[in-house]
Amino acid sequence: MKLPLYLDYSATTPVDPRVAKLMCDCLTQEGNFGNPASRSHVYGWQAEEAVENARRQVADLINADPREIVWTSGATESDNLAIKGVAHFYHKKGKHIITSKIEHKAVLDTCRQLEREGFEVTYLEPTTDGIISPKQVADALREDTIIVSLMHVNNEIGVVTDIAAIGEVTRANKVLFHVDAAQSAGKIAIDLETAKVDLMSFSAHKIYGPKGVGALYVRRKPRVRLEAQMHGGGHERGMRSGTLATHQIVGMGAAFAIAQEEMAADNTRIEALRQRLWEGVKDMEEVYMNGHATQRVSGNANISFNFVEGESLLMSLRELAVSSGSACTSASLEPSYVLRALGMNDELAHSSIRFSIGRFTTEADIDQAIEQSRNAVIKLRELSPLWDMYKDGVDLDSVQWAAH
Amino acid sequence: MAYSEQVIDHYENPRNVGKMDEDDAHVGTGMVGAPACGDVMRLQIKVNDAGVIEDAKFKTYGCGSAIASSSLVTEWMKGMTLDQAGEIRNSNISEELALPPVKIHCSVLAEDAIKAAIDNYKSKQ
Ligand SMILES: Cc1ncc(COP(=O)(O)O)c(C=O)c1O
Ligand code: FES
Repeated sequence: MKLPLYLDYSATTPVDPRVAKLMCDCLTQEGNFGNPASRSHVYGWQAEEAVENARRQVADLINADPREIVWTSGATESDNLAIKGVAHFYHKKGKHIITSKIEHKAVLDTCRQLEREGFEVTYLEPTTDGIISPKQVADALREDTIIVSLMHVNNEIGVVTDIAAIGEVTRANKVLFHVDAAQSAGKIAIDLETAKVDLMSFSAHKIYGPKGVGALYVRRKPRVRLEAQMHGGGHERGMRSGTLATHQIVGMGAAFAIAQEEMAADNTRIEALRQRLWEGVKDMEEVYMNGHATQRVSGNANISFNFVEGESLLMSLRELAVSSGSACTSASLEPSYVLRALGMNDELAHSSIRFSIGRFTTEADIDQAIEQSRNAVIKLRELSPLWDMYKDGVDLDSVQWAAH
Repeated sequence: MAYSEQVIDHYENPRNVGKMDEDDAHVGTGMVGAPACGDVMRLQIKVNDAGVIEDAKFKTYGCGSAIASSSLVTEWMKGMTLDQAGEIRNSNISEELALPPVKIHCSVLAEDAIKAAIDNYKSKQ
């Protein structure tokens, strides 16, 4: 079977072979397999050295102190630890949390859980191009607000949040600021020396590292306190117990170090590929790029092909591995909550495809994606009664639909 | 989602795609579903004076199973009387196309479209 062309780098990335090699060296008897917490022999010391080296590599990419990095199992855990950890530690100070409607489920479901525990959450609404502004945050702040949690780059639409400006607002009001940077680390510059962010979540597998490892940045000055969510041997200064996974951590460190070296070159190339893709499809009628036109990462192109249904589009694009704006898993087709929060109608949300481009994507890949997308859209529009009606000048909003 | 061979066949080579004149007294049009639900099916039949369906056409906005269901029923209906066509059940469709349980509603939609087209034709007589 010929494998489909991978254009889903926002979902996950393959491990860079340079990273995989270093990880393999930390597994077998001949390798660096020791427990980094073993203090009494060289196996432990070596493993600890590898872990601390990786900690420095992660800290370097974001201009932080290595002591501010806590290893976790991924961005989901980091988000949980940051938000629940702060809520549980500071609950006497206040019960109010601010986030947005377009956060990752790791943040939204964590907030839902805290609501069940008695916290109150404000969900900010983005503009139609996916922006959450510093002013919205300022306006939503209350006396009892303890934390604001916003993502740096949205995983579906690639829009970048102005975390530097929002950090000024939260710091001035003595409210903690957590940022989910799973989709931004290694793709846009992050400087935690200047940005007033207190907590930041990272994942390795979005930037050519392994799955199952991530980190949480926890600021030392001014100091941020957390209540641990995982109790045990007191690893990671008590914030996250559990034997450190040397091979995973080494992989994450190496991936972050490579990202630091290659980010600029990768971005230039990937941005050109994204432009090429958009140029290749945008002349078809009723095709839209979702999310802000310029305030975005280079690898993401979320495109709506109006009057074409998403699942059949994916079926036609079987030779492309992409994501859809809807998940037709049951009788009720669920359009993406992110696209919906932008105010997009359900039809357009259903017809959206997220192409995400990465380090190993080539021009030929993009040309293939363009050709297949065009063919699929033309074919499905031929089949679409909605396209017919649109072409006949019927206003679809004025039609009385017989919903089933 | 894995698709059955039958669904893929109808999806790759849909039969009887098209549109007939809605105002023609011999034509019955059924349009069911809603864009917001992710599926809209338009099924049309052309009925001769003997009450036999001479031609059938469809256009469908929906998933592959919805497209295949409507394509399949246009094939079946040609040559049937209105009564025969009215007896097509969604279970016949889902069986023929080997639809998984989550896709049964796509075949229900096709059954609804047949009924709507027949009703529309009758209302014109
Ligand atoms: C913005 C964002 N946050 C969190 C996650 C979850 O990361 P992980 O898979 O490392 O738990 C992802 C990826 O799915 C993401 O895109
Ligand atoms: S039309 Fe919705 S799943 Fe088939």
